[in-house]
Formats: sequence, C-alpha cells, structure tokens
Amino acid sequence: MIVDVTQMQPGEIGIVKEMQGGHGLIRKLQSLGVRPGKKITKVSSHFWRGPQTVEIDNMQVAIGFGIAKKIFVEMEKCK
Amino acid sequence: MQIEKILLVGNPNVGKSTIFSRLTGVKVIISNYPGTTVEFSQGQMKLGDKNVMIIDIPGTYTLKPTCEAEEVAVQMLQEGDVVVNVVDATNLERNLYLTLELLERNIPIIVALNIWDDTKHCGIHIDVKKLEEQLGVPVVHTCGLSSEGIKELIGRIPEAKSGKIPVSSDGDRWEKIGKIVEAAQKLTHRHHTFLERLEDLSIKPFSGLPIALCIIFGVFWIIRFIGESLIGYIFEPLFKNLWLPLMMSLSTSLGEHTFLHHIFIGNLIEGKIDFGLSFGMLTTGLFVPIGIVLPYIVSFYLVLGILEDFGYLPRLAVLVDNFMHHLGLHGYAIIPFILGLGCNVPGALATRILEERREKFIAATLMAIAIPCMAQTAMIVGLVGQRGGEYVAIIFFTLFVLLVIKGLILNRVLKGTSPEILVEIPPYRIPQIQAVFKKLWMRLFGFLKEALPLVLLGVLFVNVLYTLKIIDFFADMFSPVLTGLWGLPKEAASALIVGFLRKDVAIGMLGPLNLTTKQLVIGSTILAVYFPCIATYMVLIKELGIKDTLKATFIMIIVALLTGTVLNLIL
Repeated sequence: MIVDVTQMQPGEIGIVKEMQGGHGLIRKLQSLGVRPGKKITKVSSHFWRGPQTVEIDNMQVAIGFGIAKKIFVEMEKCK
Repeated sequence: MQIEKILLVGNPNVGKSTIFSRLTGVKVIISNYPGTTVEFSQGQMKLGDKNVMIIDIPGTYTLKPTCEAEEVAVQMLQEGDVVVNVVDATNLERNLYLTLELLERNIPIIVALNIWDDTKHCGIHIDVKKLEEQLGVPVVHTCGLSSEGIKELIGRIPEAKSGKIPVSSDGDRWEKIGKIVEAAQKLTHRHHTFLERLEDLSIKPFSGLPIALCIIFGVFWIIRFIGESLIGYIFEPLFKNLWLPLMMSLSTSLGEHTFLHHIFIGNLIEGKIDFGLSFGMLTTGLFVPIGIVLPYIVSFYLVLGILEDFGYLPRLAVLVDNFMHHLGLHGYAIIPFILGLGCNVPGALATRILEERREKFIAATLMAIAIPCMAQTAMIVGLVGQRGGEYVAIIFFTLFVLLVIKGLILNRVLKGTSPEILVEIPPYRIPQIQAVFKKLWMRLFGFLKEALPLVLLGVLFVNVLYTLKIIDFFADMFSPVLTGLWGLPKEAASALIVGFLRKDVAIGMLGPLNLTTKQLVIGSTILAVYFPCIATYMVLIKELGIKDTLKATFIMIIVALLTGTVLNLIL
C-alpha cells in the first residue's frame, strides 16, 4: 500500500518509494536522509496541516505539510 | 604542500565550531541546533612551526546552496588550501554526500569523524581504517566537546590529499555512499533512552504544546528570578554602598552647576544623586547598563544557553510552525526572534537561515518593531514595573499584537508565499556546564564591549544637547506628533533622539520627565517600535540592502505613529 507521509499514523513504519518536487527540494530531502529505499518512521503530525516529523537513520526531521504530501511511502499491509 | 588556509566544512550541527574553537582557541558561539553559525569566523593555529589560518564555515548539506548561510560556505571553498571535512559520526550516510562532492573537487581533504563519543550509545560501530580506505583520504575520529582526537587531527592535516574522483550524478553518489557505509559501519540494536523518549514527547502536539508552555513559563520566571536577585542582592548594594559615596564626594569636589558636574554626575535630585534620574555619565550612564540591564542579560543568556545546548529550539520551531505561517514565515523563524529577545543584532544576522528574501524581510522587520531586546525589556521592567506589573504586561501585549497584525498584513501584501519548514531536529544533549558558562561569558563580554561605550556616549550626547539647548529645537519641531497624537510632553523628543543610539538609555530618559503611567506606557511602547538602535540598523542594511531597509523604516514610522495614537485614545 502506497501512502504519502501525511497519511501515516505516528509510530507507523514504511519504506520511502518516491519524492516529487523541484531539484533543490529533492536534493535537500536526500541530504536529510529522505531517499527511496530508506526506512521511515512517522513520529508526529501537527494540527491544521502542520509540520510532520519523521525519523530516518536515528535522526528526526521536521517536514512541512505540503512537502510531506509529496513523499510517498510503501507501507506493509494493514495488520 | 604549502598550507596557509584551512577550511572547516561540513553539514549543519556537526560541531564545526566546536572543533574550530579547539584548534584556534578563538571563542565562538556553539549551540545544538542547525544554523548557529551564519557567518564565517577565522583564527590562527600553529601547524609545525608555521601559523596557519583556520576558517569556520556555516554548515551546508551540499555544494549547491539553498540559503544565504550556505552560499557563504560555498563561496569560501575556493580560498582554502586544505579542507577539514567535519562529519557527524552518528549520521555517517547523510554526511558523506558532502564528502563525496568535496572529493570530486581538486582540493586536499581530511575527514574528522566528530561526535564520536555518541556513536557507542547509539549502537553505531565505524571502522575508521576501512572508511579511510574507501574514501582514499585520511580519517580521524574526534570529539570536539572533550577535545578527544584533536591532536591527531592536527598531526595528520599535512597528510590531507585530494580525492580525484570523477564528478558523478546524484544517484551515483548515493549508490557509492551506500557501498562505503556498508563496508565501514555496523549498527546494533539498542533500547530507547530517557532523552529519546523526551524527544518524542516534546515534538508530539498533545504532549509537546503543554511542555512548550511549561518551558516558556518556567524560563520567564527563572529569568526574572535570577535577574531580580542579581539586582537586589548584588548590583544595587554595590551601587548604593560603594559607588554612591564615591560619586557624592566627586560631586562635592566638582561643585554643583559646573559643566563637568553636569556631564559626569548630572543633576542632583533634592541635593542627592539619584542613579535613575541624575543622568550623568558616571551615575545613570553606568547604572543603566550595569545596574539594571546587565543582571537581566546574565539571566537571559544563561537560560538561553542551556536551552540552545539542550537542543530544544528546533522543537519549539516545529510547534509554532503553523502559527508562523500566518505571518508569512515558517517555524524556524522563531530562532531569529528568540535571539532577538537578547539583542536584535544577532537576531537580524540569524535571518540568514531563512531560505527566501521575502521571509528574511518579514522576519527582520517584525523583529525590529516588535521584539524588544533584553536591554529594553530590563528598563521597561525597571521603570514601568514600579507603577505595577499590569502596565508592563500592556506594553508586551501591545508589541505581540503588533507582531501578529504586521505579519498578517505583510503576508497578504508581499508577493509570494512562505516556504515550508524542512529541518533536522538534533538529538537532546545534556548541556555541559563549562560550555554554557563559556558562551555566557562571551555574550556578556560582547554586551559590555558593544553597549557600554554607546550608553556612555548616549548620556554624554543628551547632556551636550541639553547644555547647548539644541534639544528645545527638536522638542518644538516634534511637538505636534508627540503632544498632539501621542499625548506626551514635548521634552520626550530627547528620548526619541537618543533611542537611535541605545534603547535602554532612551527609556531611562522617560524617568526624569514625571510622566503619568499612561504616558510612560505609550512612551516605552513607541521607543520599542519606532526604530531599531543604530547597531541593529547597520545589520539590517547589510542583510536586506538599502532599498528594503528604507521600506522597513517606512513601515516602522507608520506603525509607531498609529500605535502611539491608538494607545493614547484607548488607554
């Protein structure tokens, strides 16, 4: 099942599949550890389309809602 | 190889400044959040028997910059003979991207694997020898905070060599990094520590917001408690019991009504020196910066230093992100604001961590108008606080309302939208007492060096203006606005003029005017709003350019006119 980061629930884990956006954005995401194939854990999401925090490689990253919408994650089937 | 300039290059928040400080002995501000260093700093170090220059560069993720602080970094790169690439050992993979980019350039490199001490309890094992083989350049593990490995780093700088690897695409670089990491790093499982649980709690909205409120409230009370205690138990007794008798005898020997008495001691109030009202260089001129402002500077920067080193600020940025978007900013703009509460100068410089010009303009203008520096705050608390805490609250509430209204308007009027937050959240680290006090001392020293001369100059300036009666000319000129719109006596013009130089002195000048409480509230608010002090203004010109600074100035004047008038009508 493929979802974007905003659709993940806190505590859920997935694998980054794809990011959309301009070159600059993609590059910055990559250098923050958000890259296809990486394990990503959702930590929190803030009210009213607020920033989403995820954990990748032991490091937390805060991602604005709009950017998080463009990061797609492969999740295991619902358990 | 002739080494003259060594550059420290690396991702944000990997400890470049800590290593810089260890290498050169030069004191620089070090904190636990990405974007602490926004300008390069330089210092000297002995390498063999020669002096070489070390340059600390703002952190950058790639050599293709995304904000001004990163641009500074990339521009500097051409000038170095050797690059010390500082790498966060707990985040090897991400950090190696910049390393590969550097290796593709023809410049000698040595890698410092910093934050080495943290790898053990993070369950990370890095084989330094293997990493060295993989990268083809020397690798030294270091811990900037404890200075572990610094000697070895210095010793091996001459071994630095260029990578000479071919330029490759993004994808190829990451593939290469994957292989390097696989060969050199092993991860073991470990349990979450207490600090990590706290990290999670403080960033989840349901627990994070209450925690943030507690911290802000706690910080407020601690700053007040320390500030008031320092004044009550140390600074006031010092001035009263030691300095006052000295000044009284100086006053007698100079003789009242002489020119020198006027300049140094000021006016006697009922035959006595009053440190708040006399306004001589050696009385009020010293009492304002040292007796009132300094204690609050100490307490503010002590608490700020602890928060910075703990790593709390980026989390606060995430929590306020939503609110800040309404003002045309994203959450990380809270960092220039918080620094601005100490002093607007570093606050204005810190706007460099914001990506876009529009954001920088909004952040800088909002800060210049609505964020009072600690010197101003201390004076407002000292002067207006005598009339009752609620009046101090009115002033700060007004400033907050101005911040919000102005942000809302600027966000509507200026073209473009605010970019979204995208920032790494550093792990919590227990602040080291020594490091906290070192930073506090630097900031205090900076305050005394920058502010004290300006305060004395301001007081001198006031006395000269009064003696030459120039002040009357300005008072008459501004009286339609001062008296007509704001309901202040025209003598308040002198405070407005000195406010260009120093806000604390300016607010102090309201003291001798015998103002009503309402006038005092209006006067203090206008002094906060109408114009930043000269030091901040110079930074604004440097950061925004003349044209945008003039725009900002225009906004400030309008806001001051309106605010004063509205307060005069409703209070």
